[in-house]
Amino acid sequence: MSEPGRSNLVHISRKRRVKEDKRFVSGTGCYVQDVVPAGTKHVAVLPSPYPRARILSIDLERAVALDGVNAVVTGEELAEHTAPLPQGLNLPNVVWRPLAVGMARYAGEWVVAVAADSVHIAEDALDLIEVEYDPLPAIIDPELAMSEDAPLVHPEHGSNILYSGVFTWGPVAEDFEAADHQLTFRARWGRSSTVPIETFGVLAAWREGTDTLEIWASIQMPKYAEQIAHALRIPLNSVNVHNDVDVGGAYGVKRGIKHTVLAGYLSRKLGAPVRLIEDRLVNLAGGDAHGPDRIFDTEVAFTKEGIITSLKIRAIDDAGAYPGRGPYQLAKPITAITGPYRINSVHYEAISITTNKTGQVPVRGFGQAPTNFMLETAVDKVAMQLGIDRLEVRRRNFIRSDEFPYTIPSGTAYDSGDYHAVLEKLLDLADYDGLIQTRDQRRSEGMLAGVGIATCLEPSGGNTMFEYLMNPAAEITTFMEACQVRVDAQGGITAIMGTSGAGQGHETLVATILGEELEFDPEDIRVIHADSLAGLPTLAPVASRMAIMLGGAAAGAAQKLKDRVMRIAAHNLGIPITGLEYSGGTVFDRADHARKLSWQEICFIAHNQIHKIPEGLEPGLQAIHVFQVPGGGQLPDDQNRVQLYPCFAFQAHIPLIEIDPGTGKVTIVAYFIAHDCGTIINPDIVRGMVIGGVAQGIGVALYEKFAYTPDGQFISGTFADYVLPSVFEIPYVQVTEHCTPSPLTSHGQKGTGEGGYLGAPAAIASAVNDALAPRGLSLHELPMAMADIEELLNGGDSI
Amino acid sequence: MKPRKITLEVNGRVRSATAEPRLTLLDFLRYALNLTGTHMGCEHGVCGACTVMFDGLAVRSCLIYAVQADGHDVTTVEGLCNGDGTPGPIQEAFQDAHGLQCGYCTPGMLISAQALLQSTPDPSDDEIREALGGNLCRCTGYAQIIDAVRLAAVSFQGAGG
Ligand code: FES
Ligand code: FES
Repeated sequence: MSEPGRSNLVHISRKRRVKEDKRFVSGTGCYVQDVVPAGTKHVAVLPSPYPRARILSIDLERAVALDGVNAVVTGEELAEHTAPLPQGLNLPNVVWRPLAVGMARYAGEWVVAVAADSVHIAEDALDLIEVEYDPLPAIIDPELAMSEDAPLVHPEHGSNILYSGVFTWGPVAEDFEAADHQLTFRARWGRSSTVPIETFGVLAAWREGTDTLEIWASIQMPKYAEQIAHALRIPLNSVNVHNDVDVGGAYGVKRGIKHTVLAGYLSRKLGAPVRLIEDRLVNLAGGDAHGPDRIFDTEVAFTKEGIITSLKIRAIDDAGAYPGRGPYQLAKPITAITGPYRINSVHYEAISITTNKTGQVPVRGFGQAPTNFMLETAVDKVAMQLGIDRLEVRRRNFIRSDEFPYTIPSGTAYDSGDYHAVLEKLLDLADYDGLIQTRDQRRSEGMLAGVGIATCLEPSGGNTMFEYLMNPAAEITTFMEACQVRVDAQGGITAIMGTSGAGQGHETLVATILGEELEFDPEDIRVIHADSLAGLPTLAPVASRMAIMLGGAAAGAAQKLKDRVMRIAAHNLGIPITGLEYSGGTVFDRADHARKLSWQEICFIAHNQIHKIPEGLEPGLQAIHVFQVPGGGQLPDDQNRVQLYPCFAFQAHIPLIEIDPGTGKVTIVAYFIAHDCGTIINPDIVRGMVIGGVAQGIGVALYEKFAYTPDGQFISGTFADYVLPSVFEIPYVQVTEHCTPSPLTSHGQKGTGEGGYLGAPAAIASAVNDALAPRGLSLHELPMAMADIEELLNGGDSI
Repeated sequence: MKPRKITLEVNGRVRSATAEPRLTLLDFLRYALNLTGTHMGCEHGVCGACTVMFDGLAVRSCLIYAVQADGHDVTTVEGLCNGDGTPGPIQEAFQDAHGLQCGYCTPGMLISAQALLQSTPDPSDDEIREALGGNLCRCTGYAQIIDAVRLAAVSFQGAGG
């Protein structure tokens, strides 16, 4: 296997086109909306207009009678035939179903579904359904939801608290006692999400002849087929998920299990393919796809030199009416709870609350982004309180490059890094002193200007051990990924992966690693996505894991394949393997290069000539490798200390912003990043991932919010209300790189899908606060909307 | 209302089909003509995923009814390809600069970029931003899209505009 970080890489780290791009630029990608078999029925859903209401009666008669309507389904009917949707925590009395049964728990929750010959007819039929509701007061504020007399979202559960856990790692009380200083603050991460441009969609087709449910979906979710099988009460080997669907962006949130169960049920009922494509309102209001909505109360203990010694963190997260796997986003950050800093002890209280809002899904970073925003706010506050430069405080607290592997108080060992070096590269790129001068110049001209600083650790490679911390019933210690390599009788190489892609470039990843290992041009290597029934033990492209896990699986499969090639060559050349040399597919006698077997010859033998295949080796030429997450695999110790994610990438961000003092409008003038994700597999993909994450993070920081009125109406149902940043809001982000290879992966690579999103909200918040500081103001609530800043400036103007 | 027969030119070919008056041009292209390269992102005129060229101008096909396109000229992403179906110059530039990830916004971006370069072969950065301002991309953060348009401008000029 190639040495991590080796400099003689031929394909890895070299600029090359991304394999997937050709079909996308020519309009020939195949997204779920492009899959419409003959006879497809189309689904529309009727949302509840009330945030909390008993459903007294439903009159379907007129809808059923409409020409072209095939089925009208209520929650009661669906509940009779399906099991509740699986969720992360063990919450038997918090029942999640595709359609409300007896009670609607948020404005936008689906109450009735119609399947019809066209989506227009289905929508017409919705107008003919009459539902009688008994509206009840809703609970929207997560802190009020915790009070004794709050209305209960799920009365059977007995409380609006879904989870409450306390963790203490290290001598927190002693560290606070001994600290020179302490500070306390509240930071709030608003309700937002990564909102792909493609809404969620699914086409489910029950095939009576094979007893299979064929699924095409814009999905990005581990164990999708298992969840479908469970909810529809059919065997897992009756569910076939087609992974060759191109997903139009996912970033964590494409988890349409309720959509799929509804469509699957209808398909079986009607004996026809059934298609459910969210329209944008359904997606934003009732897709159960909102992200973390979190309040942090944090106490920091630190020395007079600015060394942070301990943290006490309380995080309250509003999971909405149906938590799904959302609450685990409070547990994943435990893997990097101290960020890139040498903090001795941590007290962490995590609380997940249910309210009358649409449900929560995992979002890019799986809870790490809010936590990082809180951590970086803490570091800036320490610097400000002591009057020490923000960069210097970071330098003093960073783990040093000679301290890796470094184990943080919660039990995870970080693999490698050089945070000081990355920060210095960033300062060079940004011309930091010049940037500060520009800021000061703008200030002297009457603008509010600020330079932000934030760093972030990006845990990558996945590992679900955090689930066990919140729910010991989830004793799951593997999170594998697999790849199969097949060589055909002509010598052509085809790799098989088991999940769909959403723009991450997995085909390019696999082809590049196989090309490197087998010494072929990645261009000539085909990569396909197996259906789940024909597939491999794989999970999903979550947790910044694919470069590590799929990359590791591809490298492992290449090694196994190469081993077979060498054995066939050794057998036919009559030379032991140790006397052979592999080069570009040809196997040579080390001592005499004239004696050799070409790739074509070896492939021909493997496929056609059992008499030339060594005993014990099966014919054909293929190999599967299943890669397990490096390290970990253990349950937590009695202090709840456990190795979570294996690899840790690092980023540092510096934006320069201006705020119009009259309107509160923030303009991002410049944005710089230095990052270290170990060995880069494809430079263009990595750059795109980093900058794309930043753009979403800027949205979180300044624009994006799923807003509810105090009485529970959802008021962000269009892109005019839920504002995604356009090219006008996002500056041309400049990026530089550093490479500290991971010792744990095939080529030293680490994940890089999330870092931009983890760093940017903190960096923009830091910049806004730097701009506000001369006025003696601060703001720690995201999004920092223009109106909020304007109000703060006018209300708190001290000049 | 009754379906109406419409005739329009799409990607250089005359096409006739019937369309219900409430059918959008977006759905007509996708489902009547099977030109699935044009995408749906919001159906309310904000995201730009559905952008097509309408008589030479970039417009949102979700905001036009198919019947309004009767007698007009429409170009979709498929129409940017060369005659043999291989990617055209602007599509090559998007590949070279990796001006995309999931590809969902890409057809709309390509159309907006094409419309820009047809009228302004050597655009400034501000002109590029102006032209792409109505196309949301959630994957890229726009930098590589801007790179791609710059690159395409160079190849357009090389090819004589
Ligand atoms: S789908 Fe037409 S602008 Fe969004
Ligand atoms: S490439 Fe995915 S939305 Fe633009």
